[in-house]
Amino acid sequence: MAEPGVPGTTADRPEIFHQDVSGGDLTITEQKLSWFETLYREAWLRKLVILVLLAGIWEIYGRALNNDLLFPTFTATISAFFSGLMDGTLPSAAWGSGKVLLMGYGLGIALASVLTALAIASRIGTDFLETMTSMFNPLPAIALLPLALIWFGLGNGSLIFVLVHSVTWAIALNTHSGFLGVSKTLKMVGRNYGLRGPAFIIKILIPAAFPSILTGLKIGWAFAWRTLIAAELVFGVSSGSGGLGWFIFENKNMLDIPKVFAGLLTVIIIGLVVENLIFRTIERLTIQRWGVQH
Amino acid sequence: MQPNDPLLTVRGVTLQYKTPNHLITATYRVSFDVFQGDRFILLGPSGCGKSTLQKAVGGYITPTEGEMRLKGRKITQPGPDRMMVFQEFDQLLPWKTVRQNVAFALTASKKLSAREADEKAMDYVVKVGLEKFADSHPHMLSGGMKQRVAIARGMAMEPDILLMDEPFAALDALTRRRMQDELLRLWEETKFTVLFVTHSIAEAIKIGNRILLLSPHPGRVKAEMNSTTDPRKAAELERQIHEMLFAHEPDEVEHV
Repeated sequence: MAEPGVPGTTADRPEIFHQDVSGGDLTITEQKLSWFETLYREAWLRKLVILVLLAGIWEIYGRALNNDLLFPTFTATISAFFSGLMDGTLPSAAWGSGKVLLMGYGLGIALASVLTALAIASRIGTDFLETMTSMFNPLPAIALLPLALIWFGLGNGSLIFVLVHSVTWAIALNTHSGFLGVSKTLKMVGRNYGLRGPAFIIKILIPAAFPSILTGLKIGWAFAWRTLIAAELVFGVSSGSGGLGWFIFENKNMLDIPKVFAGLLTVIIIGLVVENLIFRTIERLTIQRWGVQH
Repeated sequence: MQPNDPLLTVRGVTLQYKTPNHLITATYRVSFDVFQGDRFILLGPSGCGKSTLQKAVGGYITPTEGEMRLKGRKITQPGPDRMMVFQEFDQLLPWKTVRQNVAFALTASKKLSAREADEKAMDYVVKVGLEKFADSHPHMLSGGMKQRVAIARGMAMEPDILLMDEPFAALDALTRRRMQDELLRLWEETKFTVLFVTHSIAEAIKIGNRILLLSPHPGRVKAEMNSTTDPRKAAELERQIHEMLFAHEPDEVEHV
């Protein structure tokens, strides 16, 4: 037993017990944020402010330059955009591109699914996928267009061929690496339920690898969109498929530059809508709700 | 199968696995019997192959020597008649709610239809006291709650034997004690058979009715003994097991 008052002992220190612990005179337990903070927390509002600022800079620069052939103002672009919208040329051009795009994208996803399923099922399938992606992923899809034109002729066939090429490898690569990253415990749980083969892939691997798969789908979508517009531009006169790239190309030939800008704006708007509405919604309903991404 | 025959027989099982440079023998000629309603413990220090042994019973590893039979049938692959409860918290499917996680096990193994599975799942979710969280996703639960869901899932399947691989090892000490009590309460209710892996002597004595003691490198059976609920005998048993495990390392102190 230590002597009272000796440093380093507890003998002289009383033990303390509290009966009822309540807030007491603590005043703030919940306070509303100021209106500025509330608004600032909204991501869409912050992004809107950035867009408005960019449009303002564009408008000022366009007016200062005062040359519609080089750089039309924001207002001129917008009015060209709306007139294109009204006379139906822009919507039909966007639909023309969209149709081809969806076909190519869909086929690309199907091909990527088959390749990754083979890669999961066997060693040789894995080697095949790895070799193919390392060969073809770095190859720009547009570089295959001349060949595609010889094989499939002028028209949607060649467009879809280059689209499939641009989509497949990105999706296959991401999906495969997603599958490889699925936790060992989850795989054992799946096998414990007696799942194997396709049921195991569909019920365990795909949901577990969904974050990677979604990234692959997003990258594939962007690649497809870029490739399509570029391919339509290269096609030039001969196609007549009437996509957005063609719309841009045609208006450039007629030196209607505001319409060229309006065409580009449409490409951007479609990209934004797909990213922010479609992919964001899928993310919110899946990986965010499951807590695998925040 | 006669009523007095063992549920699970393990006969002379040697387990080996390969690392990039070595062939490692995890267990060497291990034999034991587990009977219906047993709370059978595999106890030993790390490196004694107790988890590997359990994975082999689960059907994930094939023995290089010897054989294991469940109800007389040889174990060759994983299956829903031997439900595993893992130590890791990520054993629940993150894309399913608590209730769906339990129900999915029942439908995926084609045991029940979707509607029956849902009802049964809810029964077991209530049993482990998580009815308030039935529609939450696993990432919203604490570690102890996740383990409870995993136990509910394992029990709902009504397997021949429940395989638990240090299910409480990653929990804090207070939660672990509560979970041990709860497991014993659930056992009192349904008298399921469980094969439980642990490295804690105290946990083994508390949970088990029969303890298999394994020695390390490679795992061999050192003893197979009965547990006790009498606190004084339990302390004596704990001391005895401790001596058997650490006979050659007198200075080592075990923290439980």
